[in-house]
Amino acid sequence: MQMPTQKTMTRHSEPIEPKIQPFAQMIKNNIRSYSMVVALVLIMLLFQLLTDGILLRPLNVTNLILQNSYILVLAIGMMLVIITGHIDLSVGSVAAFVGALAGILMVQHHVPMIVTVVLSLLLGALIGAWQGFWIAYVKIPAFIVTLASMLLFRGLTMVVLKGQSIAPFPKSFQNISSGFLPDVFHGKNIHLLTLIIGGLLSILFIWLEIKKRNNAKTYGFDVIPAAMFIGKLISIVVVITVFSYVLATYEGIPNILIILATLIVAYSFVANKTIVGRHIYAIGGNEKAAQLSGVKTKRVTFWVFVNMGVLAALSGLIFAARLNAATPKAGNLFELDAIAACFIGGASAYGGIGTVSGAIIGGLVMGVMNNGMSLLGLGIDWQQAIKGLVLLAAVAFDIYNKNKAS
Amino acid sequence: MSQFILEMRGITKEFPGVKALENVNLQVKEGEIHALCGENGAGKSTLMKVLSGVYPYGTYSGDILFKGGVCKFKDIKQSEELGIVIIHQELALIPYLSIAENIFLGNEQAKRGVINWNETIVKTKELLKKVGLNESPHTLVGNLGVGKQQLVEIAKALSKEVKLLILDEPTAALNEDDSENLLRLLLEFKKQGMTAIIISHKLNEISKVADSITILRDGKTIETLDMRKDHVTEDRIIKGMVGRDLTNRYPKREPNIGEVIFEVKNWNVYHPLHNERKVIDDVNFYIRKGEIVGIAGLMGAGRTELAMSIFGKSYGKKISGQIFKNGYEIDVSDVSKAIENGIAYVTEDRKGNGLILMDDIRKNITLSRLNKVAKKFVVDENKEIVESEKYRERLKIKTPSIFQKTEKLSGGNQQKVVLSKWIFAQPDILILDEPTRGIDVGAKYEIYTIINQLAQDGKGILLVSSELPEILGMCDRIYVMCEGRITGELSRDEATQENLMKLMTKTEVRG
Ligand SMILES: Nc1ncnc2c1ncn2[C@@H]1O[C@H](COP(=O)(O)OP(=O)(O)OP(=O)(O)O)[C@@H](O)[C@H]1O
Ligand SMILES: [Mg+2]
Repeated sequence: MQMPTQKTMTRHSEPIEPKIQPFAQMIKNNIRSYSMVVALVLIMLLFQLLTDGILLRPLNVTNLILQNSYILVLAIGMMLVIITGHIDLSVGSVAAFVGALAGILMVQHHVPMIVTVVLSLLLGALIGAWQGFWIAYVKIPAFIVTLASMLLFRGLTMVVLKGQSIAPFPKSFQNISSGFLPDVFHGKNIHLLTLIIGGLLSILFIWLEIKKRNNAKTYGFDVIPAAMFIGKLISIVVVITVFSYVLATYEGIPNILIILATLIVAYSFVANKTIVGRHIYAIGGNEKAAQLSGVKTKRVTFWVFVNMGVLAALSGLIFAARLNAATPKAGNLFELDAIAACFIGGASAYGGIGTVSGAIIGGLVMGVMNNGMSLLGLGIDWQQAIKGLVLLAAVAFDIYNKNKAS
Repeated sequence: MSQFILEMRGITKEFPGVKALENVNLQVKEGEIHALCGENGAGKSTLMKVLSGVYPYGTYSGDILFKGGVCKFKDIKQSEELGIVIIHQELALIPYLSIAENIFLGNEQAKRGVINWNETIVKTKELLKKVGLNESPHTLVGNLGVGKQQLVEIAKALSKEVKLLILDEPTAALNEDDSENLLRLLLEFKKQGMTAIIISHKLNEISKVADSITILRDGKTIETLDMRKDHVTEDRIIKGMVGRDLTNRYPKREPNIGEVIFEVKNWNVYHPLHNERKVIDDVNFYIRKGEIVGIAGLMGAGRTELAMSIFGKSYGKKISGQIFKNGYEIDVSDVSKAIENGIAYVTEDRKGNGLILMDDIRKNITLSRLNKVAKKFVVDENKEIVESEKYRERLKIKTPSIFQKTEKLSGGNQQKVVLSKWIFAQPDILILDEPTRGIDVGAKYEIYTIINQLAQDGKGILLVSSELPEILGMCDRIYVMCEGRITGELSRDEATQENLMKLMTKTEVRG
């Protein structure tokens, strides 16, 4: 057997091997995530124009982050659930339930905030374990288990709250959602610490990229051309700088942004770089094959739901803190926003495909649209309708792309 | 009018990064059985997909003439209307539907949208008779063995008034009896005037049934041979496929056999659904270091069930018995424990159980042993790429890069990925379940060489195969199974086709 000799294949049998995927193919493979970034930028520009520049004002950018944080937290967990080929309809109810119990503990029983937060997250894990047990070990479809939990926990929320709202929360708790990093450097008109953090991030980013590139070089892989590499670095640094400047001219970095950024980095890392991450994708791709490869499919699925429970609890806390109240209606329809964010961000309904950054971008697309349409004075009714169409358009675009590629 | 029922002229088909077909010509005479041969990835399946409209007009270049008329199929439906019916390499039946429902799926016997079940059943019975399948039309397809499923596929094809029947590796998953049966059927249809194109890597079958044969290599037509005029031998076909002579089908090896490395004692397994049915009945066997041990048996003898129940109890219920490695009992109660204990199982069902089709070659190869390319819990992708490149080269996987999704590989190359995956896992005991199914002769030789090499390295190999020549050519010792029991054990020298067959059908062994 010789190597194939067709022209189209010769580039791969050149002497210096092994090779990393050619740049063009890299772009192609990532077309979906890039195109969603492009779509996000376009939507932002559109609303920036339509709202006469209000959208990207420092106050509004900060607001955007605060408004969407709890959905983004859910979307991260939901992405993992969807990658394993499942779905979780209960997250909104779970968020409400946890928020309610947190309210009861803190407001009615004066339990310290830290203790409450820890207990709430544990409760979330417990609820996730409950669902994971039925889904992973008893093999009841996730759709049914989580539909049941959606009803169950919405009902329990109303029971524990006796139909009333609980308010107000202690200031320390509210700060999760409405606080900002204090400016230890006491900038005059500008939040200095924020600028410094932005600068440090840029440096960290450049260092990591260069390290990655050198590493690839030592293995003899193709790397993108130097000019392009520098271009990429510059554009990222510009984005970081502009973003931190915008935040700095208002109140600086919101606490919640730090929580979010930590989650995004941590979960992207787990999904892309770790063995567990690979196993999660493998289960969604072909559960039987994954199991026969030694992946502990049940256990991994179970923990994905436990994780979802914890993040749902966190989301509930963030929402309660932002609202400064625990209400029976909290978290209503959150599950749908989180699921939509994942699909807009490129998840496959059949499992096995999706990225954490995709979920975030999908969430931001929805968030910017919500915010922009509100600024324009569009009612909730129209907002719903338009969001529905955007979801459909995004997925249709995805399928179109896939068909074109094959 | 020409004598050809089908002419394909100058067909070229490209996929991103791969030219699957380049200026291919194929001429098929009316009423003949025409074989299509070539190595894995030569483009056989692709050519047939072009012909049947799976790849519609416009996605390839070149002309298709059927019965003298130019064809521009937009989909399979259009080619079927002309009587061109394809049975794909992978069975495409729906397991939860009955035989009758499957046969008339998409072609329902209906009036104004209401299905006439009586007519459906009557017609199904007729078709089943034609293909010699003795089953009720109501039987669920999922309950049939592969051999019978293949017959259902053919019945389905016959329900569509076929003029030209295309069979893509129809016997790859069948045992010798079922294959024989199918080929006989094909010859019968030929007598009734049907034309057929058959793709197969089993050259003895081709010599048996084909009237002429077209050979593809690297996406190009090499030659078309007339089986009767040209006096074509199997070696002649191989030469055309591979481009050189291949004198020996099985590479030579000096067995270097050591101590017993693996032993299974009193192994019993029950059916996962029917609790009383014993699938494996008191099986005992052992493998020595450096030894290749074969398991022969008919379809349904329980070979795959035995292998999978050993491999992390992936099959069956109420499993009892003991497994020893190097004299110590080991725990194989789940797959990861089995892998840790150095056992690997190469499945016979590469698409269903072996590969994650949506993932690329690299991720598939490393999946079962990610910690080999990881630091603690973090996968080192650079190392992973280097490692999988090694296997691409060593097993000669034909692909533009290791980042190709495995669903886009030809069947044989998918099989090589599955093999790579388990060699990568560095097992001490390698269980191979039909490792060369759907693999071309050249690649088979390579795979045999690799198996021999693994044995030479001191591993124990268990080779499950339905191809007796393969068992006879490769194994040092052979166990024969029948109905869940081991009915005999033969050394290399004792074993012949005949006495194996006798043991394979020996149902009564004990009182
Ligand atoms: N959808 C696809 N996308 C990309 N490449 C493809 C696709 N389908 C087939 N190929 C490539 O085209 C070539 C021919 O494949 P094909 O399936 O026709 O081979 P084959 O001769 O049938 O091989 P086998 O004997 O292994 O079944 C292979 O290199 C394969 O990787
Ligand atoms: Mg093929």
